Amino acid sequence: MKDRPRIQDFDWPLLAIVAAISAIGVGEIYSATHASAMAGMQWRQLIWIGVGVLGMFIISRLDYHTLLDQAPALYLSGIAMLIIVLVIGSTHLGAKRWIALGGGFSFQASELMKLIIIIVLARFFSDVQTDHLTLRDLVKVGLLTLVPVALILKQPDLGTAMVLVPVALVGIFLAGVEFRHIIVGAILLALLIPFGWHMRTHLKPYQQQRIQTFLHPEEDQRGAGYQVSQSEIAVGSGGFWGMGFGKGTQSQLGFIPVRYSDFILAALAEEQGFIGVCVVMLLYLGLILRLVDNAQKAKDRAGMFMVMGVTAILGFHVLVNASMVIGYMPVTGIPLPLMSYGGSATAFVFMALGLVMNVRMRRFVN
Amino acid sequence: MASWRANDQKIPQGRLALFSYLSVVFIVLLLVGFWKLQVVQTGHFADLAERNRIRAIPIIAPRGAMLDREGRVLVDSYPSFSILLLRDDPKTVQRDLQGISDGLGISMDDLHSQLEAARNEPKFMPIVIKPAASLADIAFVESHRSDLPVLDLMMVQRRRYPHGEMLANTIGYVGEISAQDLEKNPDKYRPGDIVGKTGLEKEYNDQIVGVDGMRRVVVNSVGKVVRTLDNVEAIPGKPIQLTIDYDLQAIADADMADKTGAVVAMDARTGEILAMVSRPTFNPDDFAVRISPQEWQKLNSDPHTPLLNRAIQAQLAPGSVFKIVMATAMLESKLVPADYTVYCPGYATFYGRTFHCWRPAGHGEVDLHKALVQSCDVFFYNVGKLLGIDVINQYATGLGLGRKTGIDLPGEEPGLMPSEDWVERVFHHKWYAGETISVAIGQGAITVTPIQLARMAAAVASGGNLVQPHLLKNDPSVKLTRFPLSDTTVDLVTEGLYGVVNEGGGTAYHLRLQNVDFCGKSGTAQLMSYNASDRIGTKNMDAWFVGFAPRRNPDIVVAAIVQNTEEHGGEAAGPVVRDIVKAYFDKKNGVLPEATSTAQNSASSGRPLVATVGAPRP
Repeated sequence: MKDRPRIQDFDWPLLAIVAAISAIGVGEIYSATHASAMAGMQWRQLIWIGVGVLGMFIISRLDYHTLLDQAPALYLSGIAMLIIVLVIGSTHLGAKRWIALGGGFSFQASELMKLIIIIVLARFFSDVQTDHLTLRDLVKVGLLTLVPVALILKQPDLGTAMVLVPVALVGIFLAGVEFRHIIVGAILLALLIPFGWHMRTHLKPYQQQRIQTFLHPEEDQRGAGYQVSQSEIAVGSGGFWGMGFGKGTQSQLGFIPVRYSDFILAALAEEQGFIGVCVVMLLYLGLILRLVDNAQKAKDRAGMFMVMGVTAILGFHVLVNASMVIGYMPVTGIPLPLMSYGGSATAFVFMALGLVMNVRMRRFVN
Repeated sequence: MASWRANDQKIPQGRLALFSYLSVVFIVLLLVGFWKLQVVQTGHFADLAERNRIRAIPIIAPRGAMLDREGRVLVDSYPSFSILLLRDDPKTVQRDLQGISDGLGISMDDLHSQLEAARNEPKFMPIVIKPAASLADIAFVESHRSDLPVLDLMMVQRRRYPHGEMLANTIGYVGEISAQDLEKNPDKYRPGDIVGKTGLEKEYNDQIVGVDGMRRVVVNSVGKVVRTLDNVEAIPGKPIQLTIDYDLQAIADADMADKTGAVVAMDARTGEILAMVSRPTFNPDDFAVRISPQEWQKLNSDPHTPLLNRAIQAQLAPGSVFKIVMATAMLESKLVPADYTVYCPGYATFYGRTFHCWRPAGHGEVDLHKALVQSCDVFFYNVGKLLGIDVINQYATGLGLGRKTGIDLPGEEPGLMPSEDWVERVFHHKWYAGETISVAIGQGAITVTPIQLARMAAAVASGGNLVQPHLLKNDPSVKLTRFPLSDTTVDLVTEGLYGVVNEGGGTAYHLRLQNVDFCGKSGTAQLMSYNASDRIGTKNMDAWFVGFAPRRNPDIVVAAIVQNTEEHGGEAAGPVVRDIVKAYFDKKNGVLPEATSTAQNSASSGRPLVATVGAPRP
């Protein structure tokens, strides 16, 4: 038995998949923006990937058990950070999400909160000694999750707030839950939908618009529905083989909204066709299956929960983003992990992967 | 220490496996979604993508010019720019509105109301905020491309009328194709196409219309043109040459400047229209850009009917000009002997009713020649009674009255030449013989158009050649019909008409010309009884003059009518005809007519040449 985690114990196949997805993402960012005023974006993305990789190594060096020990402190500082953002954060596009770091860089506190919630819930679930969660446990999980969710919603950032929920749901599923609690949960959710509908007037106008547009996309061809229609047009016109690198008319002429970020999959679908989409989606499937494999091989339940927290968030991102691009879900501003342009989001993914490496490298360590 | 490190529960391998299976299912479902869009419906979305990025911008072909018989431009086209306001982005529009208002000199109120009017149009359809941009406007738009991106220019073709109102009623005007015409020819026209609406613009629309070209451009998501895909150049419309003689037209126009009425000057041998005037008229420039509904309403409901082409559409009593027909009918039918005489005491009684001669004192003993020269009504009352309405009708119709001349203009009116049949058909009663007496001097139920009278006079003087009046030079479809008249008839009638102008006592003696066998006939049609007109206090006469020269087989024939005048035909309309005939022969002899000098002369004072040419006739 080895005493120290070694670099050779990194999950290299997993990193190969990650590298492939990142490379495709950088390529598509270049293709979508090179002929526009935003040319050169791919270099910034590469810098963020570098920052992320560095973060991944740092996080993988810390023993995740130490991180789990610090969970309460991490949780509290995360909550504090979200409150600070609400008070002094810079406003961009009507939402307070950013903490300026100086030098033109700014940081999205809610991205850090995603990492923290993974650690906190992993700690919580591994505390449970029974083979299923009691009602009391469920309430605690709910509270732990909903406090940051509420704070992020307040920014408002519906997308990131939603992303925290699957961490809890996947954890609950894995920790075991009584059937009657599932039923009760389902009923509560069913009751919440009309309540949420009633509360929709408290949403920002653009959020209301997005919901409205999702329900009736044809009514709003030049507004938010325009984004969805344009995305569908780009995806559909790509056809089976695609228009070719840098040749997608809809992305090159700017018909696809934020084609380098939230809708990068639409740009890729146009230029690389169904074939390209298949390659990317299979890479994501490979990523998820590989992550699950790491969870299965984790040394303890805490490690397993941590890896699955990461898996839940990444899987949720892929599912929601891809669904949005083909008009199956409303526009929520959830980026495609590793492909969409964005510093905080990219850095988060690598740091989350750092947690996974952390667990993997220590599976044989006593 | 916390208990979590000592958790000895197994990893839930089954649930993790289930998670993996679910992941596969979700990815497959997503791929099915992509398959639907990218493989099943790809054609549909490819179409939408093309429509997104490719815009077809029509290149408007200029309409062909219209030239006079010597190639001088009467109307042509010129490219002009309209300024468009792109409304895709309402926020930018609102932001830029003040700048647009200042730069183009359009009031904010005007801009707001234009935007309001187009509120229900699709947002991607730009609106025209200035139809005829000046050079300064164009420069303003070009130099503010980046800070006023909501402005754009569109090239259009407009009609140019270098001579203003000249020939406005004959040339007609153009406008956007109507919904009905569009429905009739859906393959030929697109909405917004400019077509001829009236006059020659309508008649020869197919000849002068060009073929619009098309520029297909790639636009980006904000509608900015990125590059041109292909260019199909417009084919300009071909010019047409008219029979109009600009010099004669200018004289006719100047003579009629402040009058109501019409003039037709025609080559008597061929039917080529040399000049055509209708007054009052309209300013075609009002139609060149875009006529406002108010302006259109004003023109259309004007009681003076400026849109009517009186030369072919005014149906009026011919008055004494009709005596040419009566004289011809009398001689040709031989129902009245050529040496027939009547004593004129100033009136005559028929069927228990008294009919007056225009000269209350009477003409004394009158034969045909004197009756024509002095326009004796009593002589022709008697001739009319002897001939009867159907014989009069036969010769009038034969000489082209009561039916269209076939001129190449839309909307020609036939006039009316009554007959016994017609009265029974329309009014279901028998013809009153007394009405024949009125018709004999061109009053009553008879109406004619100016062009009919010109053709009739030319036909009589040429021995029965009925030309087809036309405006298109070298039109091969022009026909000549014959209504043969005997030589004696032509001689006797034209000698009378020569006397009208050239014999002392003739009704138009003041019009005679040196070295030109100028013949003619005046006519003065009363619109209402003298009593009635006194009561209302309006001018109440239509003054006609139809003249031609030379006497036999004339070169030129001119018909003029001046309406609502207090003067008689020879005085009000005669000088107009005389000026044109004189100019025609001057030009033939190499003397270029001075359009304005004679015209102004006769337009400014009542009868200026009377004093200089000869003794006036009271």
